[in-house]
Amino acid sequence: MVPFQRFFEQHREPVWRYLVAAVGPLHADDAFQETFLAALRAYDRRRAGTSAGAWVMTIAHNKAMDHHRAAARRAVPVAELPEVVQHDHGSASDAGAWARVRALPPKQRAALTLRYAADLTHAEVARALGCSEEAARRSAHEGLKTLRLELAP
Amino acid sequence: MIPLDAPAPDAAALAAASARLLAAAASESDVVYAELDSPVGPIVAAATSKGLARLAYRDFNGGLDAVLEALATKLSPRIVEAPARLDAVRRALDEYFAGRRRDFDLPVDLSLTAPFGRAVLEACARIPFGATSSYRAVAADAGRPSASRAAGNALGANPVPIIVPCHRVLRTGGGLGGYTGGVATKRHLLTLEGTQL
Repeated sequence: MVPFQRFFEQHREPVWRYLVAAVGPLHADDAFQETFLAALRAYDRRRAGTSAGAWVMTIAHNKAMDHHRAAARRAVPVAELPEVVQHDHGSASDAGAWARVRALPPKQRAALTLRYAADLTHAEVARALGCSEEAARRSAHEGLKTLRLELAP
Repeated sequence: MIPLDAPAPDAAALAAASARLLAAAASESDVVYAELDSPVGPIVAAATSKGLARLAYRDFNGGLDAVLEALATKLSPRIVEAPARLDAVRRALDEYFAGRRRDFDLPVDLSLTAPFGRAVLEACARIPFGATSSYRAVAADAGRPSASRAAGNALGANPVPIIVPCHRVLRTGGGLGGYTGGVATKRHLLTLEGTQL
């Protein structure tokens, strides 16, 4: 089995990218700590044959969900959603686009972040979300559609 | 189409998060390790909660990754780099190589070694600084006078050379014999201890 140190070095960057997209830059560090400490605790029980990348992304996804649930409990309802600052269009790593993704309904948000920020396949996204591959595709598709409508001029 | 690529990582933020994670992980892992420099080449030191479990001459053991993978297989894959946790080992070795230390009082974890091998290593550890012994004498001291070949194998598999001074065991008749860090290293250590070769 790969020593944890090497596993960490191999996966920290993709996990970091995913978490910045999924919970935002301010909360990425906490979620990152929780993800890799949980991975360390479960590391020797990881089943052989499963992709290490998809395994750690699933943990990261669960930590992101915990974060969103906690944020929802703290949230105070407001009449209108605050305006999200739109950075220059066409930038491939547009922070504004990801802020909008975070505002999507949970399934769409999870499907888009796992597919495009964590770079999992639809099949791996489905496993992480515990749904069918078809449902994962549909959630991602609906999420993209919503974003397109929101960003339309 | 909306471009949705993973956000480019902020290198400084990721580095800070990594450092924080490794510091926390060191106290939750089963094995911590560090790379040490020495006059006889790079050494990989690894410890468990019980003590020093491995001191490997890196280049005689297939490199750092090979050493770590062997530890992952034999001890636990929950291995984390934690140089601070091996400060005492680094200091003791520095003092030894500078000629300011003759004995090591470091806790050692020999769980990688089978019972007879452990008896051999314990017998070996009783050979004082500056003295030498033979494979046969160590086998006898470990309780099996006729097992000098097995004693030789156990010394060859010594997980913590220098600390358990297997370099002080020579062939009967005075030949240098082999060494886990190469014969040149064995000669260096014996010369450092003032042994006439």
